[in-house]
Amino acid sequence: MIRSLPNSRRYLYSYKLYMGLYFTFLFAPLVVTCVLAFNDSQFPALPWKGFTLEWFTADLPHRVGIFHDRMNLESIWVSAQVAFFVTILSVTVGTCAAFLFEQEEFPFKPALYFLMLSPLVIPGVILGISILLFSNTLGLYCETRWGLDVPLFRPGFWLVVLGQFSFIATLVTLVVSARLRKFDRTLEEAALNLGANRFEAIWHITLKFLRPAIVGAAAVAFLMSFENFNTTLFLTGSETTLPINLYLQVRDGSTPVINAISFLLIVGTSLAAVANLYFSRKQE
Amino acid sequence: MPIDLEVQSVTKTFGDFTAVEDVVFEVPQGQFFSILGPSGCGKTTLLRMIAGFTEPSRGKIAIRGADMAGVPPNRRPVNLIFQHLALFPMMTVAQNIAFGLQRRKENRSDIQRKVTRILERVDLPGFEDKTIDQLSGGQKQRVAIARCLVLEPAVLLLDEPLGALDLKLREQMKVELKKLQAQVGTTFVYITHDQSEALVMSDHVAVMNKGRFEQVDTPQNLYHQPRTAFVARFVGDNNAWSGVVRRCDGETVEIETAADQSFRTRITTPLEPGAPVELFLRPEAMIIQPDADLPNLNRFEVIVKSLLFDGANSRLLAHPINDETELLIALPQNRQFDHIRRDDRIEVAWDEQSGICFPAAG
Amino acid sequence: MPRRFHITLPLVCFLTPVLLWLVLMIVLPHVDLLRMSLRVEDIEGNVSWGFANYLNFFKEPIYWLTFVRTAVYSIMVTFMTFVVALPVAFYITKVAAPRFQGFLMMLLLMPFWVSELVRVYGWMILLRESGVINHFLTRLGILTQPIEMLYNDVTMVMGLVYTSMLFMAVPLVSVLESLDDSLIEAAYDLGANMGTILFRIVIPHAMPGIVSGSIVVFMLTLGNYLTPNLMGGKNSLWFTEQIYNQFIASFNWNQGSAFGFLLLVLSSLVIWVGLKLTRQKLSRVVQ
Repeated sequence: MIRSLPNSRRYLYSYKLYMGLYFTFLFAPLVVTCVLAFNDSQFPALPWKGFTLEWFTADLPHRVGIFHDRMNLESIWVSAQVAFFVTILSVTVGTCAAFLFEQEEFPFKPALYFLMLSPLVIPGVILGISILLFSNTLGLYCETRWGLDVPLFRPGFWLVVLGQFSFIATLVTLVVSARLRKFDRTLEEAALNLGANRFEAIWHITLKFLRPAIVGAAAVAFLMSFENFNTTLFLTGSETTLPINLYLQVRDGSTPVINAISFLLIVGTSLAAVANLYFSRKQE
Repeated sequence: MPIDLEVQSVTKTFGDFTAVEDVVFEVPQGQFFSILGPSGCGKTTLLRMIAGFTEPSRGKIAIRGADMAGVPPNRRPVNLIFQHLALFPMMTVAQNIAFGLQRRKENRSDIQRKVTRILERVDLPGFEDKTIDQLSGGQKQRVAIARCLVLEPAVLLLDEPLGALDLKLREQMKVELKKLQAQVGTTFVYITHDQSEALVMSDHVAVMNKGRFEQVDTPQNLYHQPRTAFVARFVGDNNAWSGVVRRCDGETVEIETAADQSFRTRITTPLEPGAPVELFLRPEAMIIQPDADLPNLNRFEVIVKSLLFDGANSRLLAHPINDETELLIALPQNRQFDHIRRDDRIEVAWDEQSGICFPAAG
Repeated sequence: MPRRFHITLPLVCFLTPVLLWLVLMIVLPHVDLLRMSLRVEDIEGNVSWGFANYLNFFKEPIYWLTFVRTAVYSIMVTFMTFVVALPVAFYITKVAAPRFQGFLMMLLLMPFWVSELVRVYGWMILLRESGVINHFLTRLGILTQPIEMLYNDVTMVMGLVYTSMLFMAVPLVSVLESLDDSLIEAAYDLGANMGTILFRIVIPHAMPGIVSGSIVVFMLTLGNYLTPNLMGGKNSLWFTEQIYNQFIASFNWNQGSAFGFLLLVLSSLVIWVGLKLTRQKLSRVVQ
């Protein structure tokens, strides 16, 4: 039943079998994707035709590896830039929101808190189309009223950033709030008592305490943004992000270059995950 | 009197570590039996073996004569009160108490009747529909006991259930638990590291150390006739000296302590001259300013370091003239010694019959 | 008595960006969504206001059937995810040796750090007609001819369960971690068997985690586009695809807005009913 109780051998074996099957289910698609990135074949499929690194390095007429694939490289760069700005924005606003809801009193606080949580229950597609519609409405208004063409209001880089920010900020708020709740406010009061003003107290005391949570939230925000598909789908312009670009390629037939990109993503995120785990362990 | 619980040379090992070693005891019906020991002495492991959560590596546990080997906890006629009570927060008081009865498939009206009756018995009538977080510490305690007693177990096991309570409530619950046990007549096996809990409540106490039983006895005997140095040290306060036997004189010996003091004391085990020994003396065995004509006393002078006033339990903290050994001396509150101040030099003494002497370990 | 508060500089500094975010990025866009869904434009470009877009939805069986199908499948996926994830969470928190717990947790989380697209792609190269599984099955002689395992409902549901697994497993792990082992031992000591312990102790205790996991899984499944589109293919009939078609293919934004608003109402409604049934509060559940 549980580890501190006597368990029958059959129970433990069948439970281990279940866990084995579960982890196979979890990892099978990733392992297969990675392995086929090294198959010397024009298609991401078996049979195995020998090991090759050409899907990473080649620059031949019939086979372009990811390191020479302009379009995919560009979309990776776009995704990285989007993720960077989304992280900065959502960490800033999310931290403000955490302070607002944990430490301040104001009218309609419960209502605003509920509103802050709402992006969690709004499907990403809806968020995407709403923001598309609203920016379009604003754009039309500017154009008819003042004859201004504001690029921000057309689908493109900044609209993607804003769209992703609108729900990632909620996640940051929740992560930072959870940590802020554990903060002993007498420390802040002590700082005020020693002559600091509120912002100095927050800067020197509270933010130091929050740093692990903020760093963790920033990492999650970056990753969420880098991988976002649903919201981005409706807001993207001519410069596409990596997930959208990959989607178009997968939908219309694929080459092992996608496996190579996937391999890099899997290895990269796994390393980041392990590093994150290592540092959070060390902090404890 | 029939035996409710019988433990025969039970041993439990985890890898190289022996948690419980060759423990033997019996608990007759209706007794309040305590197992007293410091944390990590193996008492919890022993209790979990009786409850059936752990199987012994060797030995046999029998309840009312039936061997319990291979019987899972949910089929044993014993129930356990957990350290933190483990009341189910998702159920009301009545649902908690009915839980075990429902598992036995008893019918609804019987269950209801039994729940009402047991709640009256633990002085919580009408508490059926309260939730767990509405109860005070003492009430939770009683619900936990009711939840087990309603199943009429042969033996009720208690795993330091008073540990989480504050001091005042703990004192009160000690008395209440003892009364409750006497009233229901169920056999209790109680484990604790608090000697006062064990001494106040129990009919018999087993003192446990490093997986072994040091002594199983009545509380009075544990206090007055400890059989090992560990028991003397662990049960009640004691002054301790280490020394060497100088002279044997039948039932008494003369001991020279490390600080060159000389004491005469009775012995229970024969000792040879030159043998290293440990000598223990209760604080209340020290007589302050004894009459000059009393015979058979070990007399010496001490310097008072501080007065520890604690009502009936007041003590003097003092040390002999040329020695830094701290001694605890009971200070009777009969106003006779009100003149004693810090740094006073006073004479103290103890009867050679009240010392307890053991050969030094190792 | 009204609560007293003062307008202080920190309050203003914290409140301003949060209000800008919530009003500009959440409230106004959704008001606009509702407004656009009521806007009707005929062939000549004349604009009127009314419920025509919503009436279209009910008149066309393909629309509302897709809608119902998406809702039912999402609830099913949520339940299946729970059934698969509960034993996993229980094993990690209560059965596995404590020194393996960290490792198992990492193993559990790792696949979800990778983009959903990569995971779906992995399933595609496993399951398609020229895929890895077909390759092995024909080589072993179990199949004489490769069969298409993609583009059917079973595969699509499996893909959705796979995609959402993390969001069920993590809240379950954290809620089971807070379950005191002695409650399980006490129930066992009082005569309970495994089933009773599961239904009377474990599940009631885990309820907040189950609800929060279910809300997130349901919402993500309902709003998923990638998995139904790539694994369910043309037969997937997922409602988000209808929205996409209206917006991108037919360029009928007003109709698309009506669909979007309906989906939003559906997701809010199911979550509200779920919270009411289990007597939980949203603000408690998200923590």
